[in-house]
Amino acid sequence: MAEMWINMGPQHPMTHGLWNLRVKVDGETIVDAEPEVGYLHRGIEKLCEGRTYPQIIPIADRLCYGSSMTWSHAYCLTVEDLMGVEVPERAEYIRVMTIEMQRIASHLMWLAAYAGDLGLSVGFTYTMRDREVFVDLLQGLTGSRLTYNYPRIGGVAHDLPPDFGRDAIRATRYMEKRLKEYEDLFEGSKIFMMRNVDVGVLSKEDAINLGVTGPSLRASGVDYDLRKDMPYSVYPEMDFRVATHSDCDCYARYRVRMDEMWESCRIIRQAIEKMPKGRWRVVAPRNAPVGTGVGRVEDPRGEAVMYVVGDGTDRPYRLKIRSPIFVTVSAAPKILVGYKLADVVAIMGGLDMCIGENDR
Amino acid sequence: MNLFEFCHGIIHWLVDLVNNVWYWLGDFLPWYFWEFFTAVGDFAASESHLTLMTILLETLIIIIVALINVLNFLWIFRKLSGRILDFYGPYYVGYRIGGWLQNLADGVKLFVKEIIVPAKADRLGYLLAPIIFVGSSLLILAVIPLSVDFGVATNASGEYVPAGAVFALAAFSIAPFAILLAGWSSNNKYTLIGGMRSAAQMMSYEIPLILSAASVFLLASSFNFVDIVDAQHDVWFCIPLFIGFVVFLVCLIAEVEIIPFDLPEAEAELVEGWTTEYGGMKFGLFYMTTAVRSYAGGALATALFLGGWQGPWFIPDEIWFLIKAYIVYTVFMWLTWSVPRIRIDQMLVFGWRRLLPLAVLNLVIAVAVKSWGWV
Repeated sequence: MAEMWINMGPQHPMTHGLWNLRVKVDGETIVDAEPEVGYLHRGIEKLCEGRTYPQIIPIADRLCYGSSMTWSHAYCLTVEDLMGVEVPERAEYIRVMTIEMQRIASHLMWLAAYAGDLGLSVGFTYTMRDREVFVDLLQGLTGSRLTYNYPRIGGVAHDLPPDFGRDAIRATRYMEKRLKEYEDLFEGSKIFMMRNVDVGVLSKEDAINLGVTGPSLRASGVDYDLRKDMPYSVYPEMDFRVATHSDCDCYARYRVRMDEMWESCRIIRQAIEKMPKGRWRVVAPRNAPVGTGVGRVEDPRGEAVMYVVGDGTDRPYRLKIRSPIFVTVSAAPKILVGYKLADVVAIMGGLDMCIGENDR
Repeated sequence: MNLFEFCHGIIHWLVDLVNNVWYWLGDFLPWYFWEFFTAVGDFAASESHLTLMTILLETLIIIIVALINVLNFLWIFRKLSGRILDFYGPYYVGYRIGGWLQNLADGVKLFVKEIIVPAKADRLGYLLAPIIFVGSSLLILAVIPLSVDFGVATNASGEYVPAGAVFALAAFSIAPFAILLAGWSSNNKYTLIGGMRSAAQMMSYEIPLILSAASVFLLASSFNFVDIVDAQHDVWFCIPLFIGFVVFLVCLIAEVEIIPFDLPEAEAELVEGWTTEYGGMKFGLFYMTTAVRSYAGGALATALFLGGWQGPWFIPDEIWFLIKAYIVYTVFMWLTWSVPRIRIDQMLVFGWRRLLPLAVLNLVIAVAVKSWGWV
């Protein structure tokens, strides 16, 4: 069969958002690929220049529909770095707990989408059902289900509701039971392993050279996690393991995310047990000093960096957002070439695309 | 009384009624019309005409029964998926009968939609493909009897279509042609790839399917459904030919195109595969026909391997047959919701390197059992 270009997107079930992957196929084999992004560009960086610092928190929430808590946390870290605000210790523990809950919810949403891509309907509904547990917890804490608007510059919006710690620990116990079930469901399925093992190999050198971060990098055998290597918040107090895998394929990426969920459950429990009493918020100044601030966090999808320039007013002069997925998607041609058309969904699903943060 | 006699009685009564009116009308006309009227009346009362009409009525009844079963199947499909996937399934339309009417409501909705043909599509092929697909699938049902008395027979003694099983399998394998036609004529890259995949898949899974069916024909020494089922009076063929039964079921899943073998309409990478460009009732026909083919597949597996309509006396034969076909279908659905979709090269490797040798092995077993002195 002659070679032809196929547009997978912008309206396509594989994309999970609004982007276009052009693949050139020879029969069923991919010979070239070219991601096109930018369909969801909302001008968030420019938008932020016209808002005061606290007004930007809800906008940072909307960067990623999958893990909004992480992004508003990253923004608050950045502005605290700029303003030199000391966050109370209780607030740090609450933040760590919520972003780990967000990480589990985000990974579960990824798992649901991945199962749906591979045609495993039961995986989709079960994971989405169990994601509700954490979404409900966060709803009880923050009042909303998707864009939480919870961290504040200098702390968090409000304290934990009564019995939140008990419910959260119960939720992690439930989740660990469920994770065992998922491992049976996914890895116990021969077809799932056939679709994942040795598919989408991204070598260690390529991953480093292309700037891939997050679970995709760790699945290539690189032990690099900002929570360990450049600790922020109270992560040094926590006892957890960085999940890595040396297989470099789709199965490794799946395995790394599953291990991260196990570790997140442990971190949530530790954060609740170690949580001190006290204030959860300090008043931040209205105007930022002249200078710059940087925040780097380990997003569920990779390394999220925000850079803010203050000019002495109550609005940022410039806010730069470094999206992990924008870098990761540029590795797509490298991973895709040589595999079959059906592997596109496994590979691109395994990278966990989130277009909101990608196009900003 | 079998279905032929029942239908023959109805047709006979109808023809008598019409003939009476006809001759009564003729009496009002001049004598030189009488010969014409008599000739027409005699032709209507002749046995060949009665038989033809009877067979048409039988086919109509069989297809209506089959379509009611298909509605049941679609309902089971949706409710069972709800049970397995943790949601309710349809319940609002036909609340008291568990949402059974939902499929009728969907059908009505699809019927009133506009027929749209894509501008660059090949109009003839695009419109012809659903007709061939639906027609060939309904053709399978015409030759599968539900019991000794309930099937399309050609004479009063209740003999069914000779070599009915071969006919059913032949009708079963027309579909790839329609799918390839649909994929090609839609003029869309997704449908084209879907059609090509479908052709490759169906051709490679046809062979083990026929081979495992051949082992049944060998044991039963007949191509006729009634003889095949009678031969299973003592032991169902799924016991001596267990390998063949499994191969047959796997191939049926591939032929019916449900997960894990629904590559031609893999919605993740090919949007909806070869049905992407079809909308309205044309899509509804494809959707319905998938259930028709599931029913036909379940019925074939029942008749060839599961003893057909044989069972304890307290349930009628036809119901036994349907129960078995429904169980086969339920197992299909159970599998569908529990496993991911396989890749095309893996599927072809599985078909040629695993199923085909197993089917041949099964044929060898059948020959051994037969020469050992079976039946």
